[in-house]
Amino acid sequence: MRDVAVIGVGMIKWGELWEKSLRDIFVEAALKAIDDAGVDKIDSMYVGCMSSGLFVGQEHLGGLMADYLGVCPIPATRVESACASGGAAFRQAYIEVASGMSDFVLAGGVEKMTDIGGGGATFALSTAADQEYEVYNGITFPGLYAMMARAHMERYGTTRDQLSQVAVKNHDNGSKNKYAQYPFKITTDQVKKAVMIADPLTILDCSPITDGAAVAILCPLEIAEKVTKKPLVKITGSGQATDTIALHQRKDITYLAATEAAAKTAYDMAGVGPADLDLVEVHDCFTIAEIMAIEALGLVEVGKGGHATAKGETAIGGRIPVNPSGGLKSKGHPVGATGVAQICEVTEQLRGESGERQVKGAKRGLTQNMGGTCASSVVHILEVA
Amino acid sequence: MSTSARYWREIPQRYRYEASKCKGCGAVWFPPRLICSGCGKKDFEDVILPGTGKVKTFTVIRVAPSEFCDEAPYAVGIVDLDGGPAIQCQIADCEPEDLKTGMAVKIEFRKVKQEGEAGIINYGFKVVPVL
Repeated sequence: MRDVAVIGVGMIKWGELWEKSLRDIFVEAALKAIDDAGVDKIDSMYVGCMSSGLFVGQEHLGGLMADYLGVCPIPATRVESACASGGAAFRQAYIEVASGMSDFVLAGGVEKMTDIGGGGATFALSTAADQEYEVYNGITFPGLYAMMARAHMERYGTTRDQLSQVAVKNHDNGSKNKYAQYPFKITTDQVKKAVMIADPLTILDCSPITDGAAVAILCPLEIAEKVTKKPLVKITGSGQATDTIALHQRKDITYLAATEAAAKTAYDMAGVGPADLDLVEVHDCFTIAEIMAIEALGLVEVGKGGHATAKGETAIGGRIPVNPSGGLKSKGHPVGATGVAQICEVTEQLRGESGERQVKGAKRGLTQNMGGTCASSVVHILEVA
Repeated sequence: MSTSARYWREIPQRYRYEASKCKGCGAVWFPPRLICSGCGKKDFEDVILPGTGKVKTFTVIRVAPSEFCDEAPYAVGIVDLDGGPAIQCQIADCEPEDLKTGMAVKIEFRKVKQEGEAGIINYGFKVVPVL
């Protein structure tokens, strides 16, 4: 396998982008990434997207995006793994470059979620769970994570305020991110008193509905040294794993076993452990999800994720900064784009380009992306080469 | 709206709670599987889910999917069946403030929702408190 570098990243301002279409937002991010990479050709591309068919009635994103990016006839493939689609697309691009099959590969993610109403969006997102044995009974994604939250609180003593601290910290970080959908600060009191969605989660425990795209460009490390003058960012670990599709079939609903398995693969490949990381971007689709993610990644003791958050260990400047971008909570969660946006954030952090939210001296970062209630998870480790 | 086949093929599980027990390791799967995720064996015997269990965790859905909008708020929980697998379903006949982890419940056959503009009734199981 060849060593692989990320040589370009492209993000756009996320939000309710009513004046832009699905293809517009993807191409806009892709052009920024290509420009950032300084390359004049792409050999192959992957598009991570969860449910463009249900959100805007459009499938076949490989063809659509290659066409509008003006790169036909290169191979272009859509990758779907629910909310882990972006991370899975990035991993496919990594494998293609590492294998020697292609040199310059584009890995993008996109979701256009506001072209349908809230009920339709709730349904589209619910398709990441078991349609016949979960969704049939009226469960929603906030409901599934609410059940995980209640179980975690009753088992480990995680508190309402600790959940709120995740949202407060991520909005603090996101307030410094020009791409964030909701770049404003909130308080623990606001989170607790916000409208209840699924007990015990309020609307401020939940990531929003978002239109957005993010793109990264990968190439072999030895070629990267010749084409870019920016600090080189190398992919040193890549892992992906699965678990039961239905939450109720898990042995332990308070633990993200697929994230642990994906992380183990990535840690072993990179030859590092959780203590060697300078920052992480995790999949905080709900506040409880961040707490469970940092536990499964081994960053904190199992059951202590809420406690560590409340102590400030996961803030920028803390022991291990988590979601300096603002996370899904503040930055937004266009589901198929999220996994790639995590790569964009870590790449910029390792290059020292993150401005006010820069983690000082960051040399190694990790991304954790997951689909459904973590029936699939993708973990990557990036390092300054 | 789906075809009727998609609905009736699940009737053995939704109406009669039919599960499969692995002859290799004894694991009970609901819905039935073609290969046991526990031991990899492909031999099963048909069993019926135990009718009682305890609530493992629950939530109250306040913002519901479109098919359930008229029902909200309603409770959904994961139930560990007595000596059997876990299922997920609505917890009926119980006020939200009376819900508790560990409470004893039993399975009942109920209307779950109405599907599509014609309002075709979909049935299935819910659990209710054991008084």
